Amino acid sequence: MIKCNIMIVGVGGQGTLLASRILGKLASDKNLDCKLSEVHGMAQRGGSVVTFVKMGEKIHSPIIDEGEADIILSFEKLEAVRYINYLKKGGTVIVNTQQIYPMPVITGKCPYPTDILSEIENTCKVIKLDALKIAEEIKNPKSVNVVMIGKLAKTMDISFEDIKKAVESTVPQKTLEGNLEALKRGYNL
Amino acid sequence: MKKLLLGNQGIAQGAYEAGVKVATAYPGTPSTEITENIAKFNEIYAEWAPNEKVALEVAIGASIAGARSIVSMKHVGVNVAADPLFTYAYCGVNAGLVLVCCDDPGMHSSQNEQDSRYYAISAHVPMLEPSDSNEAKEFTKLAFEISEKYDTPVMLRMTTRVSHSQSFVECLERKEIPLKEYKKDITKYAMMPAMARGRRVAVKEREEKLLKDCNDLKINIAEYKGKTGVICAGDTYSYVKEALSDVSVLKLGMVNPLPEKLIKEFCLKCDKIYIVEEMEPVIENAVKKLGINCIGKEVFPVQGEIFPSLIKEKITGEKTDKISSVEVPQRPPVMCAGCPHRGVFYVLSKLKLTVTGDIGCYTLGAQPPLSAVDTVICMGASVGVNHGFIKANPQFSKNSVAVIGDSTFVHSGITGLIDAVYNKGKTTLIILDNSTTGMTGHQNHPATGLTIRNEQTHCLNLKDVCIACGAKKVDEVHSFDIEKIESLIKEHLSYDGVSVIIAKEPCALLNKKMKEKVYFVNDKCVNCRACMKLGCPALQITDGKVEVNKELCTDCGLCGKLCKFGALTEVDR
Ligand SMILES: Cc1ncc(C[n+]2csc(CCOP(=O)(O)OP(=O)(O)O)c2C)c(N)n1
Repeated sequence: MIKCNIMIVGVGGQGTLLASRILGKLASDKNLDCKLSEVHGMAQRGGSVVTFVKMGEKIHSPIIDEGEADIILSFEKLEAVRYINYLKKGGTVIVNTQQIYPMPVITGKCPYPTDILSEIENTCKVIKLDALKIAEEIKNPKSVNVVMIGKLAKTMDISFEDIKKAVESTVPQKTLEGNLEALKRGYNL
Repeated sequence: MKKLLLGNQGIAQGAYEAGVKVATAYPGTPSTEITENIAKFNEIYAEWAPNEKVALEVAIGASIAGARSIVSMKHVGVNVAADPLFTYAYCGVNAGLVLVCCDDPGMHSSQNEQDSRYYAISAHVPMLEPSDSNEAKEFTKLAFEISEKYDTPVMLRMTTRVSHSQSFVECLERKEIPLKEYKKDITKYAMMPAMARGRRVAVKEREEKLLKDCNDLKINIAEYKGKTGVICAGDTYSYVKEALSDVSVLKLGMVNPLPEKLIKEFCLKCDKIYIVEEMEPVIENAVKKLGINCIGKEVFPVQGEIFPSLIKEKITGEKTDKISSVEVPQRPPVMCAGCPHRGVFYVLSKLKLTVTGDIGCYTLGAQPPLSAVDTVICMGASVGVNHGFIKANPQFSKNSVAVIGDSTFVHSGITGLIDAVYNKGKTTLIILDNSTTGMTGHQNHPATGLTIRNEQTHCLNLKDVCIACGAKKVDEVHSFDIEKIESLIKEHLSYDGVSVIIAKEPCALLNKKMKEKVYFVNDKCVNCRACMKLGCPALQITDGKVEVNKELCTDCGLCGKLCKFGALTEVDR
């Protein structure tokens, strides 16, 4: 975990910012250098959103360029594919298989490409999970982001204690219990 | 203590440490979080002003009265604040004044891509440009020192990536700075021709002094390594460091004035010079003017952002190996489910009116399927542009309206309304009052009756304002009452004079509680798809049929109102 470029992608409103801040906390707990780059403003209104998380000994640019992400953590199926050109060759995509229809699909202009993940499965490693289903099972549909962080931590070989500590000091106190449950479920999938 | 902070939070921390007493702003992406975070420090008086011009004027007042003050805005805000800026640059300061301006290369959330370095040059004020959050903090403090030492307001330039990236900041204690004494001095603070001529001389002297001193400023740094030299500043410095390891780099912390002596020295030690800067060739032109050969905009674009991969490719010829992209449907930003603006735009679209629009969440009404907006220029422009439309062609009084948000109306729509009334116009203005500044993330403004710290204050009554401006016909309506909205619009279009409709309903995101009821498509649906014209993200086509997405539905009821077949009805969630 010494040097890692993680790209968190999803749909505005899905909680990508909180997810990146948890990782930022993790990096600072581990005494790593870290930079996060966020999207605010216009794009947050239900548009496609991207957050960069970079950690390592010394980080210069907060941006992850095309071909440079070690991991893409996608909160939505289509979005995982939209940014595939940012993934390093041999990189990993962790994807929530939830489908959120974009406007062209809503208005019937084009269909939602349900089978789209098959387009990338032969070029990279794809880990799929239904994070919305898990979040709903624990009666906390808003915790999709933390379920995803759990899965990411496990994939990156981060200990549960470490990621738990980062979550504890990032999420609001009143949502802590639900979020820790979500983290556990994502981690132990 | 070391903390991971946004560049904008770094500025807030810097203002705190620098003993700033007054902070003002009008929100605007990517600058908004600066003042939101300053407001968390009880030691600093903070306010949202109705617009950037007033924000700067308040900061100027505080500076003259003897308190360090900071004012923040997005790049286009400087256009609004330019008038006081250009003249306060003549006055110089009593206590330090820093204007933070956030540029938006790539136009992530803006209507243009102007380069505010030209403002610093033409207003004759020094400008600093940090490249990460710790520098944002340090440069803020330094900006106050320069402001007081050279008797000038100072601009601090940020860009979206520096404002909205987090990196570690060393947080220190605040240093209280006592109020400076205010001494009446009309030769310095009352700018009329005789005084201003004197100050113009002082401005020139200070500029010459700075031009000399900036060569030794510790934020202009030359790092020597190899015969290829790169000159850069701000965000591009971090990109250059990421992309290239064996080049010499001149990092400019001050971008106006430029350290000419240092630049010459640097270039003498290199065989080939590249200038890496986003937007306009400001540094490049200055370097060329010194008679130095350099490569800049021949290889780097004037539009958009310049990332490490491009820098690497243009300077070393190396390309990153990458997976090819896959075509997927676009996902543009949309008006939220339950957005109170939607009903009004549905009616405007149905009536096929020409709509002069404005800037805010409702700008999204320009996109399909609503496609209800014809023009978007700048904040407040809807009213004046509509008035001009009708003056050019009186026919437009019958089939065009102006649409503006509540925050935008207070920002700069009021003067347009006064103009339309004064000049016997026929404009119909619709104010979309969602009780917040929505687009920039929900800030209070004068018509919300709450301050930046959520304290109760006088609530500006928009209806009273419109009447006071001279609009004789002003009606208020509930934003989801589309029948009434339609009849009111028709009535107002036939009214002979300036009139205003205020559509009121709080932003859907202000009420986060899930509603107990949701809409549902029952078996009366004939699949006519009339409801799809709303462009509501909670209505979708699944297997060829309309369906309500329960997660998103806010029970606003618009779809039910326009379905002629009674196919959309309320049910328990
Ligand atoms: C001069 C200037 N300042 C700030 C902005 C940033 N900005 C864009 S829209 C907006 C205000 C939107 O508020 P409102 O008019 O109430 O509409 P809403 O988004 O709530 O629908 C602001 C501050 C800008 N574009 N131009």
